[in-house]
This record gives sequence, C-alpha cells and structure tokens, in this order.
Amino acid sequence: MRTISRLAIENIYSTYYSGEQHLSVLENVSLHVGEGEFVSVLGPSGSGKSTILKIAAGLLNPDQGRILVNNREVTGKPRLVGYMPQYDLLFPWKTLRQNAALPLLAKKIKAKEASKKVDEMLPLFSLENFAEYYPHQLSGGMRQRAALLRTMLIDSDLMLLDEPFAALDALTRETMQDWLLKIWGQFRRSVLFVTHSIDEAIYLSDRIYVITERPGKIAIEQIIDLKRPRSKEIITTSIFSSYKQVMINALNVNARGEEDINQN
Amino acid sequence: MKKWVNIKTNLPAAGFLAFLLAIWEFLGRILEIPGYILPAPSAIALALAENFPLLLEHTRATFIAVLGGLILAIGVAFILALAMDRWKPLKQALYPVLVISQAVPIFALAPLILIWFGAGLLPKVLIVALVCFFPLAVNLVEGLSQVDQEAVDLMQTMQANRWMIMRSVQLPFAMPYFFSGLKIAATYSVLGAIIGEWLAARAGLGIYMLRAMHSFRTSDLFASIVVVVVISLALFKLVELAGWLFMPWQRNTTNHMKGWL
Ligand SMILES: Nc1ncnc2c1ncn2[C@@H]1O[C@H](COP(=O)(O)OP(=O)(O)OP(=O)(O)O)[C@@H](O)[C@H]1O
Ligand SMILES: [Mg+2]
Repeated sequence: MRTISRLAIENIYSTYYSGEQHLSVLENVSLHVGEGEFVSVLGPSGSGKSTILKIAAGLLNPDQGRILVNNREVTGKPRLVGYMPQYDLLFPWKTLRQNAALPLLAKKIKAKEASKKVDEMLPLFSLENFAEYYPHQLSGGMRQRAALLRTMLIDSDLMLLDEPFAALDALTRETMQDWLLKIWGQFRRSVLFVTHSIDEAIYLSDRIYVITERPGKIAIEQIIDLKRPRSKEIITTSIFSSYKQVMINALNVNARGEEDINQN
Repeated sequence: MKKWVNIKTNLPAAGFLAFLLAIWEFLGRILEIPGYILPAPSAIALALAENFPLLLEHTRATFIAVLGGLILAIGVAFILALAMDRWKPLKQALYPVLVISQAVPIFALAPLILIWFGAGLLPKVLIVALVCFFPLAVNLVEGLSQVDQEAVDLMQTMQANRWMIMRSVQLPFAMPYFFSGLKIAATYSVLGAIIGEWLAARAGLGIYMLRAMHSFRTSDLFASIVVVVVISLALFKLVELAGWLFMPWQRNTTNHMKGWL
C-alpha cells in the first residue's frame, strides 16, 4: 500500500431528510485512496455510492465522520476536485470545446488560451473532429469522453468518477475501459471510481470496496493484484474468476436475486 | 440549419385565409352590406393603400412606444430577477407580490399613468413596460431558480465563482424561459401601446383608430387592425429570430421554429 493518502474518508454516516422522513444511507463508511491509485466502490443500486462521492467532493456534509485530502481535514468544504457526476452533465448550451474549457475558465485562464489547451487534449480523447458539436449531436461514448476530458482538465490530483460508463452498451463500455486505463496510465491521477459492474471494478482497480445494500456499509476491501498494463484477456483467467467469486459472495447476489448487479 | 420560415407547412393556412376573405368579399356584395358596418376586404385594401403614408406615420409612433417599453421591461426584469436570485430574502419578499400583482388588470392602471405623466411618449412607454414586465420577470426568476443543483455543484468542484455560475449555467438555462416570456410580452406590448393611445396621445395607431371610429370610416378602422396584426406578427417573429440567434444549441433539438407564417 502507498504511503501518501490522497483521500481518506473516516467513519462517515449520512442520512437524507425529506420532511418527516429520514433515510439512513451510509453507516460507518471508511475508505482511502493512495497517490496514483485506482480504487473502486462496488455496490448495488441505491447503496449510497453517489452519496460517498458527493461527500468526498465536499458537496454534501456527512452527519458524522471526517474527510481528509492529502492528510488535511476538509470535511464539508467544497473544493477543487475532479468530480464527474453520474449523468455526464455536459451543458447543452455549450459546444464540446466550451464544455471542456469550463475548468480552465474557472481558473481564470483566458478563453483563447483555454480553447487552445482543450484542442491539444482532444486527440487523446479521439474527439478532435467534434470540438464545435453540441452535446446532443454526440454519441453516448463521445459524451462520456468529453465529460472525462472536462474532469481531467480540473487541476486536481484526485478524480471522483461516478459510473462513467453505466449508460453505454457493452461493447462501447469495454473500449472505454481500456481507453480509461490508458489515459490513467499516462496521467497517474488518483481515482475513486464508482460502479455496479463486478467485471469493470476488477478489470480497472488496484483495490475495491464492496458496499452493501442500504444503509451502505463496507462489506469487504479487496486488493486486486493483477499486473498492469491489463488487457481484456485477463477476464478469462482463473485469478480473475476467483476475484469475481469473492465479489459475488460479498454482494450476496444469489441470495438477493438482484438484477442490477451487472456482471457483463 | 432549420428554415426560419417554412412555406410548405404554412400553405394550407394561407389557402384557408384566402378562402375566408373570398367568402367575405362575396357575401358583402351579395347582401349589399353597407361599408360603414362591414367593409369588404377590397375596400379595406383600398383604405390601406390610400392612407398608407399617414398610417405609416402613426405606426411609427406606436412602434417606438412598443420597442421602448419592451426594452425598458427587459432591462428591469433582468436586473430584478438577478437580484432576487442573488439575495433570497429579496426574492421571498418580492416574488409573491409579483405573482399576485399579475392578477391586477394592468390596463386598468393605464389611466393612472396618464394622470401622472401626461400625454407624451413616456406614459405610453411606461404602460407597455408595465404589461410586458410581469411575464418577463416571472419567467426569468423561474428559469434561474429551476437550474439543476447538480450542475451548480459541478461548477463548484471547479471552484467557479458565483458570477461564472450565473453566466455559464443559470442564464443559458433560463434563456428558453425568458424567450417564452418575451413572446407573451411582445403580444401584450402592442395592445398596451394602443390602449395608452386611446386614453391620451398625439399620434399612434390608437389615435388613428379613434379618429376613424368617430367619423365612421370603418374601412380605415379595419385597415389599422390589419396593421396591428402585421406589427404583432412581426414582433413575434422578431422574438423567435432573437431566440434562434441567442440559443444556437436549440436550433436542431426543438421545433419551436416550426412555421406558422
Ligand atoms: N437528494 C436526496 N434526497 C433524498 N434521498 C436521496 C437523495 N439522493 C439519494 N437519496 C437516496 O439515498 C439512497 C442512496 O442514493 P445514491 O444515489 O447514493 O445511491 P447509488 O448507490 O449511487 O445508486 P445508483 O447505483 O442507482 O446510482 C437512495 O435510496 C436514494 O433514494
Ligand atoms: Mg449513483
């Protein structure tokens, strides 16, 4: 395990209140992401994965517990972080280039310079021919890549990605996974990645936290000791299958018969 | 790019209108309806052509009041809506009053304004602004507040300041709301100016109408109605054009430009 902790979440509890009702979503969740580490949170729908990311991004205050970034407490303070929400949230009124340039403009970089910087990055995301397109003119995969590019341009070592590929078809999804690994290998940001796909989590991660159905608790923490760079062949190896079995057991899929634990 | 005026879809409506006019003309002649009661379309066209220069002059006076009032209303609506979005207590105090005040028949306030400001251009502009202000302000406030909290959150993780969030998220999001308010406002505006002119003015279509009415020149009255319709349609189209220019991202997604002209 790495020494510097980019992000540490310590014993957080979270509840949503709506009128009289309250819904306990997270119970005593702790996790951490080391420098340059790729960590996934794997859990069923409604288990509070997005809530963890929002708390990690400082957009939501936990009832209890602390958040540390680079070993400094930052609980509940909005701050600069590469957060990619569950829905790509490209703004329909901005072109791809303008969307991607937003983090740079927020940093008070001049518009012209920001555009130039975006244009330099576009080929890496295979988007160089689409800079002038509006989001509704892009395919699902392109939109996700554009949103990732925007997230990448946020000047933070930590990236929080909320199911970036969930809305994609299986084929596009696999391409995007390989592509994400390539980009990640290049930039070596620390990533906290949310998914409900077991294969995706194992394929991408250095470490996985499995969280249970609501209220979400960490069921297990599993180190994935597969050498990098990885390619799709490893999916058929026995070590991959044994990791998968561990995840399935932790999620208790069979007992619950839950369909949204997607094993594609 | 979508065609701005779609001839094909408007053809049936134009044909039907022509058919109605033909029947009107025909019945007028057969039944020998006197011109001061119901002039035939041909007589109206003639009145329009004969008095065209005079009509144009009055139209100009009305149009200036309409534009002035609209611009004033847009300015005030923007300032107030932005202020209300920025300071929530202000919104809590003002917004309900705004909504309630929509129930006040603004046209009934017109005489008051004339008492206060006399019979020049200013009272007309004020009446127009008053009728246009409410749909604009209410739609803008609504649009600004409906913005997706997730989008604002996202901007916060980029450390965007408040003004940038306003400019790059809230305002563009509110634009369609604003333009639907502006369409309503544009329709009201001509009405507002004419009512102002009916009450007191030196020039304008309302004055022209009053004079035509007093001397039973019914065909002139109809001619001015035609002009009012044309101005209203032109304004409406102008608003659509502005929307088309200001919201390039909507050009292919919605059919708000589907033709009716
Ligand atoms: N703003 C909110 N107000 C009230 N309840 C909420 C809110 N956001 C989420 N919840 C509830 O909290 C629970 C956890 O939500 P969360 O979005 O964190 O789940 P998730 O694990 O990300 O699910 P999914 O995989 O479907 O995205 C859900 O039951 C949801 O209904
Ligand atoms: Mg979620």
